Amino acid sequence: MSEKIATRVAYGETLVQLGKEYPNLVVLDADLSGSTQSAMFAKAFPERFYNMGIAEANMTGVAAGLAACGKMPFTNSFAMFATGRAYEQVRNSVAYPRLNVKIVGSHGGLSVGEDGATHQCIEDYALMRAIPNMSVLSPCDANEMRCAVRALVNYDGPAYLRLGRLAVECVTDAIPGYAFRWGRGCVLREGGDATVIAAGMMVQMALKAAEILAAEGISVRLIDMHTIKPLDYELVLKAALETRCIITTEEHSVIGGLGSAVAEFVSEHCPVPVVRHGVYDTFGRSGKAQDVLETFGLTPEGVAEKVRQGLKLKRD
Amino acid sequence: MGTAPFFYGGTVATTGKVGYTRNRNRHSAPVCLAAGVKNTGTGVLRLPGDRKSKKDDINRTGKVNWMEQSVSHALAVTAAKGRLLGMDMVHRAASGHIGGSLSAMDIMTVLYFHVMRLDPARPQDPARDRFVLSKGHCTPALYPMLALRGFFPAEELKLFRSIKGTLSGHAEMGQTPGVDMSTGSLGQGISAAVGMALAGKADGKSYRVYTLLGDGEIEEGQVWEAAMAAAKYKLDNLCAIVDVNGLQIDGATADVMPSEPLDKKFEAFNWNVIPVDGHDLDALEAAFVQAAECKGRPTVLLAKTVKGRGVSFMENQAGWHGKAPNDEQYEQARRELAAALAELEGGASHE
Repeated sequence: MSEKIATRVAYGETLVQLGKEYPNLVVLDADLSGSTQSAMFAKAFPERFYNMGIAEANMTGVAAGLAACGKMPFTNSFAMFATGRAYEQVRNSVAYPRLNVKIVGSHGGLSVGEDGATHQCIEDYALMRAIPNMSVLSPCDANEMRCAVRALVNYDGPAYLRLGRLAVECVTDAIPGYAFRWGRGCVLREGGDATVIAAGMMVQMALKAAEILAAEGISVRLIDMHTIKPLDYELVLKAALETRCIITTEEHSVIGGLGSAVAEFVSEHCPVPVVRHGVYDTFGRSGKAQDVLETFGLTPEGVAEKVRQGLKLKRD
Repeated sequence: MGTAPFFYGGTVATTGKVGYTRNRNRHSAPVCLAAGVKNTGTGVLRLPGDRKSKKDDINRTGKVNWMEQSVSHALAVTAAKGRLLGMDMVHRAASGHIGGSLSAMDIMTVLYFHVMRLDPARPQDPARDRFVLSKGHCTPALYPMLALRGFFPAEELKLFRSIKGTLSGHAEMGQTPGVDMSTGSLGQGISAAVGMALAGKADGKSYRVYTLLGDGEIEEGQVWEAAMAAAKYKLDNLCAIVDVNGLQIDGATADVMPSEPLDKKFEAFNWNVIPVDGHDLDALEAAFVQAAECKGRPTVLLAKTVKGRGVSFMENQAGWHGKAPNDEQYEQARRELAAALAELEGGASHE
């Protein structure tokens, strides 16, 4: 474990790097460039930055038009507005014509904190995942984010990238042999009793949960599923076959996100218990991020408890 | 450019007496004339059944202007053909949006056969002018234009809205040659057009971007988001056209959601506003020239039109927004449209 840095900051820095390498990279924001960190790009490449004002629907459509003329646009707003307010523009103007637009949603999940439920997006994975042609990425730390943004520019097509607000521990750079591969989960810890599949900053929580459980004699495999769509079916199937018990955890509603994606696949191909950990069909609330996360059980102990629950359902 | 049979390989003269230059300087490429126009090689354009006795032949100075008349006449013939093709498509498919397509057909004809620089042989040419059908349901106006212009065989029109064809109910890029953006969800096309214009500015390209909206469509808030952005970025390479036919699905726009005064609204959004008769081909041509000449601002043409134009029982009837005619209605509509075409062509029957 090394530096604590928000994934949005790593994103902003990487975008500037990539801006030097890709002259067709353009960045749009909807009056949140300081928060989304697209301001770094704006400063470095003012002629390739478009502040579209508080108008996410138009921003998304404009990005589609830019992409249709050979540009590689990254649109930036809070996850709530990037995927919620502009949902249908993402669907019809970007994903349907399969245009090379990257939709970037910052401040995803409950860890937005004080701003409260209106800004705490817990449906973005679900919304974006349901759209054909879309890919959905939610990296857990700065190292993974840098890799993911680079992978995004090398991918010709529409994709959604979630960024987190909070500074989080960097964990993937300490993993021997860690390599970011599009659409491939990464096993961060081996174990045989159950598999935890996590995305975003729940990866860090799950690592801690694995420690808690190890002390109880429970051996947990941890998969960092940074690409929620396309899901790494091979890795999920292997986990289902080998550990016969899966727990998913995400800073997102348990409806429609990573948990749903895993449960849908496992139930059809290798039915074993899948216990979903996340936000249980309820809105968030205002408070300090840590307090909000604890209130909603998005903690290492919350993950550990779901693993114990899963083990009770497990059959040999 | 210039290999298709209905391209005129030279430049078109103008007397300048109608107050604008038809042959703009930016048209270094051959000016495209309407389908059916033949280059006689003498600089004189001959049209099938060209007649010289109509009132329209005389311009505002009272002098007969054959060349001007010929171009407009050719466009009128093409528009008439487009209406027939659109009607055929909707009847055959037993679905489709005929009302707003008939209202937009003259605008579309002027764009596709006079204004836009396009090469049907190279539909992805980066230098081409772009067109976004923001009122994406009016494919019975767009597809006939693309077919007549040579982007795909007219035979394809028979598979409009068919699972076997490539002509979707709403416009689809990547599937239909010549379609620059997938549209259908109202209010979204203009944003894409803004993006295309923005890219053109960023790259120093000279292409222009045209987008056609409905006057019902502009009830979508996104249109005004896009309008603000276009003005902010001084997109004088963008020209929007609002097909002001006054009707939408549920009735008159004035009743469903009053949007007038449209001119003042767009002016307030810092656009160059040009009101125009959307069925007057000369006026439309002049308006597009004015739009191209306006610098520092995007232009909108507020084109006053008649929904269902050309078919007596469809004109000004909201009910014909998205309804296909039955066989009997189709026969009557076709008779009327064919008669209009025949009259333009000097009595030749198209029945």
